[in-house]
Amino acid sequence: MDQFSVKVFIRLRPSVLDPAGEATKSASNKLGVEGIKSLRIGKMIEVKIESETEKDVREKIDLLCDRLFANTVIEDYEYSIETI
Amino acid sequence: MEKFTVGIVVFPGSNCDRDVFWSLEACLDLRTKYLWHEISDLSDVDAIVLPGGFSYGDYLRCGAIARFSPLINALHDFVKSGRRVLGICNGFQILTESGFLPGALVANQNLNFICDDVELDVISSKGGWLNNEHQKKVIKLPIAHGEGRYHCDSDTLKKLIDNELIALRYRNNPNGSTFDIAGITNEQGNVFGLMPHPERACDEKIGGIDGLYTLKSLIRH
Repeated sequence: MDQFSVKVFIRLRPSVLDPAGEATKSASNKLGVEGIKSLRIGKMIEVKIESETEKDVREKIDLLCDRLFANTVIEDYEYSIETI
Repeated sequence: MEKFTVGIVVFPGSNCDRDVFWSLEACLDLRTKYLWHEISDLSDVDAIVLPGGFSYGDYLRCGAIARFSPLINALHDFVKSGRRVLGICNGFQILTESGFLPGALVANQNLNFICDDVELDVISSKGGWLNNEHQKKVIKLPIAHGEGRYHCDSDTLKKLIDNELIALRYRNNPNGSTFDIAGITNEQGNVFGLMPHPERACDEKIGGIDGLYTLKSLIRH
């Protein structure tokens, strides 16, 4: 059995307004940082998982993302896998 | 005949279950039964209310974890049987997360938790929801939510409009909802989700009785 570390990034789809991102963008301007064209807030989920193969890990993470981690009506996801 | 019995679902974090109990038992003289979310036998209830609150602390997304409870699994057969399901606020969020209703509910456009009375246009009453003896076209109900902005893509919106699934629209959109949507039904008409709280508008002394009509229509006429 190998151990894998998975980082899942969940983002609001581009078509979904992100008011928290807009508010943070506005605060960034108030901090004096200029030039920010877009700021959107997502989530990152770290998973450590034991499995025989990376393919099996991908299947499990796909299932988790589609059914639990993300709501694909409003969110997109992507992830990276490292062996640890 | 057995008295019509409405099941009120209780999740960890539900907080409008007792208000729903009061409105159904005391105002409408219906029999109710609390249903803990871990049960899956729904044979002895005639309709179900998913009340408002913060099921599972709204962790991950509102309604996302409640969806995995045994009761929500059993709800698929319950809905297929034609019996009625009403989702109020967090209950509406659970119904969209579980796929009983299309779309999703996301953070209010102004990021505020909005607690207010709103005027709503009654657009459709597919399945007989919102029918009432006075045939009101505009009703007033309270809202109380931070994540009540209804969102769907343009194809879904077209389907909602074409199939007359939009039940309620805000007259002055408080939260940025797509197409001012406050409540929708499923295609069969037996599942209804709305962000406003009808159970908080069942007595003139506390702000009106427009909620009574919604709750009364748990009994199919």
